[in-house]
Amino acid sequence: MAHLSDSLLFVAVLVYAMAMLGFAADAAARRASRVLSVEAVARDLVGAAGPPVTVTERPVRASGWVGTVALGLTALGWLAHVTSVVTRGVAAGRVPWGNMYEFSSAAALVAVTGFLVLVARGRVDKSLGAFVMLPVVLYLGLAGTVLYTKVGPLVPALNSYWIKIHVAAAVTASGAFLLSGVIALLYLLRVRFDERTVVGGSVRFPVSLGRSLPVAGSLDRAAYVVIAFAFPVWTFAIIAGAIWAEAAWGRYWGWDPKETWSFITWVLYACYLHARATGGWKGPKAAWIAVAAAGALIVDYYVVNIFVVGLHSYA
Amino acid sequence: MTTTPELESAAVRLSTAPEPVGPQRPRQLMAPVRRLWRQLTSMRTALLLLFLLALGAVPGGFLPQRSLNPVRVDQYVAKHPTLAPILDRLSLFDVFAAPWFAAVYLLLFVSLVGCLVPRIRLHARALRKPPPQAPGNLARLPASARWETSVPAEEVLGLAERRLRRWRTSRRGDALGAERGYLRETGNLLFHVSLVLLLVGIAVGQFYGFKGTVLVKEGSGFANAIASYDDIHPGRRFRQDSLVPLHFTLDDFRATYGPDGKARTFDAKVHYATSPDAPMAPYDIRVNHPLHVGAAKVYLIGHGYNVHVVVREKDGQVALDDSVGVPCLPQDARFLSTCTIKVPETRGPQLGFEGAFTPTTVRDPKTGRVGSAHPAVQAPALTIVGFSGDLGIDAGVPGSVYSLDHTHLTPLDGGRPHILVPGTSWQLPGGGSITFAGVTEWSTFQLTQDPGKRIALVAAIGIVLGLCLSLFVRRRRLWVRVRPETGTLTVVEVGGLARTDPDAFAAEFEELVSRLRSDIPPAAPTQATSTQEAE
Ligand code: HEM
Repeated sequence: MAHLSDSLLFVAVLVYAMAMLGFAADAAARRASRVLSVEAVARDLVGAAGPPVTVTERPVRASGWVGTVALGLTALGWLAHVTSVVTRGVAAGRVPWGNMYEFSSAAALVAVTGFLVLVARGRVDKSLGAFVMLPVVLYLGLAGTVLYTKVGPLVPALNSYWIKIHVAAAVTASGAFLLSGVIALLYLLRVRFDERTVVGGSVRFPVSLGRSLPVAGSLDRAAYVVIAFAFPVWTFAIIAGAIWAEAAWGRYWGWDPKETWSFITWVLYACYLHARATGGWKGPKAAWIAVAAAGALIVDYYVVNIFVVGLHSYA
Repeated sequence: MTTTPELESAAVRLSTAPEPVGPQRPRQLMAPVRRLWRQLTSMRTALLLLFLLALGAVPGGFLPQRSLNPVRVDQYVAKHPTLAPILDRLSLFDVFAAPWFAAVYLLLFVSLVGCLVPRIRLHARALRKPPPQAPGNLARLPASARWETSVPAEEVLGLAERRLRRWRTSRRGDALGAERGYLRETGNLLFHVSLVLLLVGIAVGQFYGFKGTVLVKEGSGFANAIASYDDIHPGRRFRQDSLVPLHFTLDDFRATYGPDGKARTFDAKVHYATSPDAPMAPYDIRVNHPLHVGAAKVYLIGHGYNVHVVVREKDGQVALDDSVGVPCLPQDARFLSTCTIKVPETRGPQLGFEGAFTPTTVRDPKTGRVGSAHPAVQAPALTIVGFSGDLGIDAGVPGSVYSLDHTHLTPLDGGRPHILVPGTSWQLPGGGSITFAGVTEWSTFQLTQDPGKRIALVAAIGIVLGLCLSLFVRRRRLWVRVRPETGTLTVVEVGGLARTDPDAFAAEFEELVSRLRSDIPPAAPTQATSTQEAE
């Protein structure tokens, strides 16, 4: 069973990677077709001798079958991924989030789930796929190699029903936060692209990637929607953690490095939500805060677990 | 961001957020104070202070902290002799007790209270007031629709009102205003008020709480009194008589390990009673399973080994036979533990021993060093160096029981370490012997009393509940205006806006408009619904 779980994760990564290539090919194909359609419009306008019109954005319904296949592959990979996490849990006879390898796999699963939900709800375009799947593949690859841990029982401090609640919430929020971090970065990229193209400047890589991204406003809103979902979940995870700490260590809060970084992450996301309601802070500035907050989350998960000594360093 | 003033005024009142601080004409003596207050309670200041709070916590997340691990702070100071004093001057080893950190969060909470009071008042008023008057031109709103119908104007408004019965509506002249989602603001206020309550709960715990730790050996007992503890952290206002009456004995401590040496379970079997004449009741204190007594909880926080040694003098007289054992302090995950044995009651010079206890002993074949391969007792050994002379106990200086004062001691046998396994003895050079009789275990317990805990828990529930309402409920407004057109036709205009999540609102709006159009059928070909981006 444990072996099956490992193999399935390998399959999932492989299928995700194929999906990523599919999304990338789709984006490239669309870019080409968009250039064509813009030219066609321009010619029409010239022909009509109308006023000078600049076409900046035009909804393109490209053939997109490659993109649909990529989306299908993502869903297929997702199935393998879910099964991998579930069989891992069955093999260990406990919840499948007991060590760093398992946290990472589960968080990536949440991120992919979040992406699929956003696409299904029409919140973001599937053209985002390549940009979302790339970090997912790298992250899972890293988790499966560097952080890999054999199936084993939990250390006593982790052996509580609070772990199920606390860690499940933390993993869910983290997966969503990581997704929002990627979207916020893409938003910043797109904003930069728009700024450059408005003044007619030339764009180079990586800013040129902005061309195949959805409009800035929709990315901004997608990042917000994901964070608005994840923030209460993260808050709940911290509170459940505090209740667990109270039961295990006799204090609900002790500024342990892990607790401190969870707090920093929480406050930064509170900053983000505030910034969106504060004049002069909406848009790119808020997005930078979201990126910084995702950075704090990564420190919380990896730097603290690996390099900083604390009560949580058994993970 | 090109919003018309009209839209701005329709939308702004969807939020009770403090308005941006603008230039103000000072009218009275109090004007500068008032301006400062407005500045402090503005969103911009709140954002800045939140940012500082996160930034201020960062050193606490990287540098060792005295409150958590003073030993690691000392190590760090020793390793960075030039940098550390500067860091220390800035309280960076005590970030969460630092005055500057307190300044940030106290300012933040002053700002929060200052911002909450007017917001609560505003919201209470908004809850009682009908939705605001319709803006002049509904087509300018982010979502709008328009069609003509043969239903008479008065009837249109009645039908619309029926359709919008789950909204708060008010009819004014030719227009119907509707609003939904007041719970968003209620939730937001609940969230922020709960933050203040959380701070209160933490403060109560800090002032009136108590925390103490004590090491108890198997077969020994503990009675709850300040003097019984090895280490205490009472709150500033803690009174000794609020310690709960409790005494217990540690009957047996058991740890189980996996083959890889990782701990599986810890279990301290105790008998306890809450009054001197009550019968002793059994209880298993385990990790995640503390003992509850009244307002206090007793936690199992650590464990280790006691070595039982018997020291005899030249003539065979027993100088030390502590069957409860001498506690050794674990140094690593495999429980290599340091032991200090003091033998003050001798007729000749006093004796002292230092060394290590190893539960599963292994020896490095090259260096001959002793180590432990597993935390459980599988091949126990005690490796010690002996000393004779004056232990310095009578000097009146309180020395640690866990270290020897070497000033008046000379090593025995040239300071050569001797390895003892249970049952074996070392014949000391000056006559006499030390016998390693066996091992038992000890546990450390922590007793905590935190009267602020309840408050903090209630606050935490308020925080989560408030957040969910505040982030998942959408506040939105809608207006329906009718205008009699030539003949029997009536023009119906619908416009709406939401301050957050315009995408979801656009979908809701379209759905609503299609319902309204089936209630109020269009008379002729009409314009389609239009929704524009709010931003
Ligand atoms: C203790 C520090 C604070 C924290 C942790 C905090 C956190 C948050 C969070 C997470 C949100 C977004 C969720 C929601 O809408 O309820 C929020 C919203 C808000 N906060 Fe705070 N806040 C703090 C202090 C303040 C202060 C001092 C003010 C007043 C200036 C303030 C005013 C607001 C307002 C007006 C909103 C609503 C924004 C909107 O309409 O979307 N907060 N706060």
